[in-house]
Amino acid sequence: MSKKVHPYIPNMVSEVKQEMLDEIGVHSIKELYSCIPEELQFDGTMNIPKALNELELRRHIEGLLNKNSSTNEYLNFLGAGCWQHFVPAVCDEVNQRAEFLTAYAGEPYEDHGRFQALFEYQSLMAELVDMEVVNVPTFDWAQAAATSIRMASRITKRSKVLLANTVSPERKKIITNYGTPQLTFEDVNFNLDTGLMDLADLEEKLSSDVAAIYFENPSYLGFIESQGQEISNLAKKYGAIMIVGVDPISLGVLAPPSQYGADIVCGDLQPLGMHMNYSGGQAGFIATHNDPKFVNEYPSRLFGIIPTVKEGEYGFGDIAYDRTSFADRENGKESVGTQTALWGITAGVYLSLMGPNGIYDLGQAIMQNSQYAVMQLNKIKNIRGSRITSPFFKEFIIDFNDTGLTVEEINSQLLEHKIFGGKDLSKEFPQYGQSALYCVTEVHTKEDIDKLVSVLSKIVTK
Amino acid sequence: MKKIQRQTVNIDFHQAKWNEPIIFELHQPGEVGVEVPQASEEVVSTVGDGVSTLPQHMKRASKPNLPEIGQARVLRHYVRLSQETLGSDFNVEIGQGTCTMKYIPKINELLIRNPKIMELHPLQDVSTVQGMLEIIHNMDLAMREISGMDAFSFQPSGGTQALFAMASIVRKYFEVKGEADQRNEIITTIFSHPSQAATAVVKGYKIITLHPDENGFPDIEKLKEVVSERTAGFVVANPEDTGIYNSKIKEFTKVVHDAGGICYYDQANANGLLGITRAKEAGFDMCFFNLHKTFAAPHMCGGPATGALGVTEELKPYLPGPIVEKNGDQYVLNDQLEHSIGKVRSFHGVAQTVLRSYAWIRALGPEGLKAVAETAVLNNNYLYSKVSKIRGASVPYVQGQRLEQVRYSWEQLERETGVTTEDVQRRMTDFGLHYWTSHHPYIVPQPFTLEPTESYSKADLDEYIYALEQISKEAYETPEVVKNAPQNSTIHQLIEADYLDDPTKWCISWRVYQEKVKGKEEITSYNC
Repeated sequence: MSKKVHPYIPNMVSEVKQEMLDEIGVHSIKELYSCIPEELQFDGTMNIPKALNELELRRHIEGLLNKNSSTNEYLNFLGAGCWQHFVPAVCDEVNQRAEFLTAYAGEPYEDHGRFQALFEYQSLMAELVDMEVVNVPTFDWAQAAATSIRMASRITKRSKVLLANTVSPERKKIITNYGTPQLTFEDVNFNLDTGLMDLADLEEKLSSDVAAIYFENPSYLGFIESQGQEISNLAKKYGAIMIVGVDPISLGVLAPPSQYGADIVCGDLQPLGMHMNYSGGQAGFIATHNDPKFVNEYPSRLFGIIPTVKEGEYGFGDIAYDRTSFADRENGKESVGTQTALWGITAGVYLSLMGPNGIYDLGQAIMQNSQYAVMQLNKIKNIRGSRITSPFFKEFIIDFNDTGLTVEEINSQLLEHKIFGGKDLSKEFPQYGQSALYCVTEVHTKEDIDKLVSVLSKIVTK
Repeated sequence: MKKIQRQTVNIDFHQAKWNEPIIFELHQPGEVGVEVPQASEEVVSTVGDGVSTLPQHMKRASKPNLPEIGQARVLRHYVRLSQETLGSDFNVEIGQGTCTMKYIPKINELLIRNPKIMELHPLQDVSTVQGMLEIIHNMDLAMREISGMDAFSFQPSGGTQALFAMASIVRKYFEVKGEADQRNEIITTIFSHPSQAATAVVKGYKIITLHPDENGFPDIEKLKEVVSERTAGFVVANPEDTGIYNSKIKEFTKVVHDAGGICYYDQANANGLLGITRAKEAGFDMCFFNLHKTFAAPHMCGGPATGALGVTEELKPYLPGPIVEKNGDQYVLNDQLEHSIGKVRSFHGVAQTVLRSYAWIRALGPEGLKAVAETAVLNNNYLYSKVSKIRGASVPYVQGQRLEQVRYSWEQLERETGVTTEDVQRRMTDFGLHYWTSHHPYIVPQPFTLEPTESYSKADLDEYIYALEQISKEAYETPEVVKNAPQNSTIHQLIEADYLDDPTKWCISWRVYQEKVKGKEEITSYNC
């Protein structure tokens, strides 16, 4: 191998190598490493399998991937933060373009297209959430929520944060990790039957120390929190900022949180054109009004449209760059770096394709399919199709307590029928006992849902 | 036929310019971009319209002001924007130092399009993702060999997030030891990435920044002065962004360890080190590698990405969970790590990037990885030799002794011609080449940082050098050409004054632009 020239390394050609060594004025590459002390030089061979050529590599990797069973082969009802949705082919076409795939940190000149595509993404998302400012995407919903909360803390100069007790426990782990040690977190109770926030408990916990109240809508458990305006009124009374996490694919049919008083809206872009990719499709967004008090607290890049010296030409640039850690290291707002820009571009493509009617129709189809699932599930003896009685979007809890079976047992039997059952909630929300979070979207046909119902029916009546 | 004589360098380059409207300007009422899946007739006849279950105040009152555009036009718009973006696939992308812009193998892109990764849900039963977990586990094993560490997590989805995870581990480690309040300082160096300092602040640490000595090395005496019982951690890149390798690194880690602190290693600059030297032997407790840099995953306009986080056995219980382990012949997810920091990113991180980098490692093997490092260093020193001969350019600090990149300076050029590094940056785009200045603050005056990696041939490097030589010549002879650049890029020079920093003028979305510049009448409203 060491004698052979690798296709990825052109300058392994010995004549060229010699020419370059001559130019440098050294005899060997080893001399170039003389700055590394002998004792730190690794003199063994790494225990890594020998090189594969392209054909062997393809066989090897495809062999490994063939051990997986994907949601193409299994009927999938898992959601819980990563959802199976229709991905238009144009989304894939655009994000596979070599230009976007291999670009990085170019300037607004040679990367004009990247800047425009991300500015357009910001603008399209701004319309969807009905706010004016959206950032270049963050890592995922959880980190977007964590950053939104830290923004609120800086704006209010307060450090206590209230979290709805229905927030995704996984997201909560990330939020609290990002908030520790500066922030303290307290949960706000909810009603087990309706899922809705306990407003009395909220008011009791609100004070002039509270920076923010954060809840999700639709919630992690699928129900819709219909008291947004009341929560906002209470938050305002105490000078706290209301942050709402949202699944953006719901916003064709659901009122955007800004319309019931949210100061900051965040969420995940994955539903908007990203394949699940075993969680590689997540990307977070943060939105606010165009208020400098808020804008100046974003850690993220924000692209703005500006003129060039040529009349009629659009240009783009970084808005308020000095606030970022790129500009001011530890004195910047939190930190910024490589996050999920390509998914931002893809979400922009998705929203451009959907248009105002498509995003509405899609939301409606999700509501219809998921309601149909609940109606059919309710017909099964000992199963409650939706444990929570409030209206829901896309996800809902199935209560299996009366079946005498655990969710684990049920899911294991569903697997034999090539069905991925919903997420087991018995550890995350023990209040609901043996219950699972199911997700039904536009990708599910009536036949898919009927199959689930029929198999579940057999499992629980065995 | 007469032989056609052709210049191989891009002196007549012009980038694609489409004058593409903003997507909202393509709106044509009634056009449809994609047919949306609908609920079946039977479903509709069973449940009705679906939305009437919503309380009135929770329904969206008017549809969002998204444009209506036919599919072909949407595609054309974005393909044109892509052409107005200079990806590394079609330029000699050595101008973005610190970022290791190497060749992105096409086979890896083909492999990640396989539905057996693309259509996996992260919560699927582990029995149905054994292949995926095996890839992650194999990658873990390879990374252990490369670094000497004992366990890896691929959950952090970028270098910044890996740095954040490491700062979180430092905090948790001292919480467990009962020293969290006492140890409240993290030491870093000025030539390390800004995120090292920024993420440590997020975890509540006070930052102490070491500046280099006259030769550009981090100063061991200064370290000894600042290290104390308050030291929680020391984070550093080596080589630093100057390309200078700190040969006393083991002394540094010893000084910090003797004071009870943890040493963590930013290996964003690892491309010259594969198979040459490792984190473990230098005394580090943790390190991370950017898979989208050294390990040939694409940068994707800035993510998604992976910051592969490696730790010693002692720190393994602190990793974010779950991690992949092999149990007999089965691969499992272990979420029972005793002192886990919890999570930094949802689910398992960016699986497709782990697959890409695993494929890259397998395509190279151990000897190939070492050849990557050696060739990256050879290329860099060749470039160094050539660029430092260009009029107006210099290399501050110790001469020679650079590994995979060099931070250069146009201080002399600026002094003699008034042409700045930002002017050169804009002019390079006229040659179809990307060029980055450096992170702020500019400790090196008029800086630029080149990192040629292993991917480029001598002829490629000569092409880049030629462009720099030309611009230097222009700066001395016709500086206005450089000052007024770009001339052959997609757009002309930006008018930045006020538009970027004045809240009354900035337009962060089309909606704001419409309000400020074009008037509200052009915004269309749709009724449900």
